[in-house]
Amino acid sequence: MEGSRPVDPHGPEHRPHVPSPSLWPVGFAIGVAILLTGLIVGWWIVLLGAIIAVLFGFLWIRDIGADARAAPEPELVQGAGGGPVVPGEGAAMPVMSDEEIERFPRSKFLEASTLGVGAIIGGLVTVPALGFAVLPAFTGAEDHNIDVGGVGDFPEGDWRIVTFLQNPDEGEVSRRTTFIRYNGELEGQPSFTIIANNCAHLGCPVQPSGPVADEEKKEERINGQVITRIPAQPAAFACPCHGGAYDLEGNRTAGPPVRALDRFAFAIDGDRLVLTSRYSVGTVEGEGKDAVITKYGQVPPGVHVDGPEQFLYPIEPPK
Amino acid sequence: MASTTTPPRRKPPSRASVAVNYPLDWLEERSGLVGGTKYFLFRKVPGDINWMQTLGSATLTAFLIQLLTGVILAMYYKPDPNSAYASIVHITNDVTLGWLVRGMHKWGASMFIILMFLHMGRVFLFGAYKYPRELNWIVGALLIPIGLFEGFTGYLLPWDQTAYWATVVGININGTAPFLGPFIAQFLQGGAEIGPDTLSRFYSLHMLLLPGAIIGLIVLHLYLVVRLGVSSPPWSKDAAGMERPDDVQRGNGRAGLTRPTRRGGDV
Repeated sequence: MEGSRPVDPHGPEHRPHVPSPSLWPVGFAIGVAILLTGLIVGWWIVLLGAIIAVLFGFLWIRDIGADARAAPEPELVQGAGGGPVVPGEGAAMPVMSDEEIERFPRSKFLEASTLGVGAIIGGLVTVPALGFAVLPAFTGAEDHNIDVGGVGDFPEGDWRIVTFLQNPDEGEVSRRTTFIRYNGELEGQPSFTIIANNCAHLGCPVQPSGPVADEEKKEERINGQVITRIPAQPAAFACPCHGGAYDLEGNRTAGPPVRALDRFAFAIDGDRLVLTSRYSVGTVEGEGKDAVITKYGQVPPGVHVDGPEQFLYPIEPPK
Repeated sequence: MASTTTPPRRKPPSRASVAVNYPLDWLEERSGLVGGTKYFLFRKVPGDINWMQTLGSATLTAFLIQLLTGVILAMYYKPDPNSAYASIVHITNDVTLGWLVRGMHKWGASMFIILMFLHMGRVFLFGAYKYPRELNWIVGALLIPIGLFEGFTGYLLPWDQTAYWATVVGININGTAPFLGPFIAQFLQGGAEIGPDTLSRFYSLHMLLLPGAIIGLIVLHLYLVVRLGVSSPPWSKDAAGMERPDDVQRGNGRAGLTRPTRRGGDV
């Protein structure tokens, strides 16, 4: 067992293998310098530098090789490296008793203050960085009022698939789709049903079940963005992802959705229809302009707004 | 046997052996890296080790491929909603061998996940998660969700319809978690709705944070593998987990360990 103990190269019998002094590396360096100069001046300087560098490099390596052949073959460590073992280290370091440490509370103070200052510096760096990563997601959202066309562009009782940019600054990624139906006038004011197309299950794009007149698509440039309106005759709405189904008021009729489809609040500005803010809907009683909507603040798809499950989502994140 | 102090007589080393050994010795003397590499690679393993026990190395290889191809793809990819899809098309159709590197990254991702689960199954069925390797199981159990999250964030990057809607659904699944769900969803999409920030956020997670976490955990995983050794297969005569009396006599009382001898006398 003792015989298999590997020789520690850092032990007392160890001699470091330092190469003997040599001038060849100077010549090698000059050759490299000439070569680099040659890259600017001309190819024959490159050749000259290369020859010098190779020549002196060869001489240098031969010098080292001679050293190595003369020296006894070094033993390789079989262990995982590890730090140098100072002989008698364990004995040289006196083990302090608790009383001796008590006599030098300064060292404890220094230790604590080093850790404390380190923690403060770490916190000063980490807290703003974490805040920068997290907070922008919960602040600064703003409602944009979107003009989607004149009231006259929406014949009474007909559906239009309307797309618009929710936030024109963000570009096409913010394009949203709504199903809009003009319900005629209610108490002298135009009434609209404006349903967002994101499924209340997991947010997939709900499709109208019925003919869509793509060839009658109208594009209108309003306030620096393109609004599109496509006539459609849906009998219901259905989601292609997981089979959620809705009636024309957005109430769930089948499948996994947990509530009705979201809607947009609207305003009439002169004769223009303007979408203001989006809200979530529990259920809708009645139809068209007589519909009674249970309205909630906008929540993500899949989140219950009514029924016993609503208590699973007590806090609404700030926007 | 008594320790010998005089080394055996040898012929002077040949030029070739000097050319190979001198730089290695130079490196070893100053860093211990040669010995460390040998310690890492040439470990003792049980004699009846099984091919199934190479699944971990296979997973590591798959991850290294993902790392390499991912770095190359990042040279051409643009994480911006207006140019992301175009840059993917550019990589696939225009960049020389881009189709190959992208394909390797795409299929390698599935390979990595599949191999991770096969590796986990092997560890489970071999009982290799038992004492003293519980901690390594925990590290591996952390690597799996991070690996899956890596797949989720990478799936958005092509920025086509599949990617977009799959991410919408994925984020909203997170959003339905009780209590914190809406917060998680809003954090993931970087705002109240999916937008340009979602893409750059997923890109950053996909290529910086998550790979960093995976690399750190893999280092820990391998450290524990090297420290604890590889377990025997369950059908082994030297069954892991059995306390054998002669082991205890030899001072090797730890159950199921095959530890290489370190610095003599440690056994």
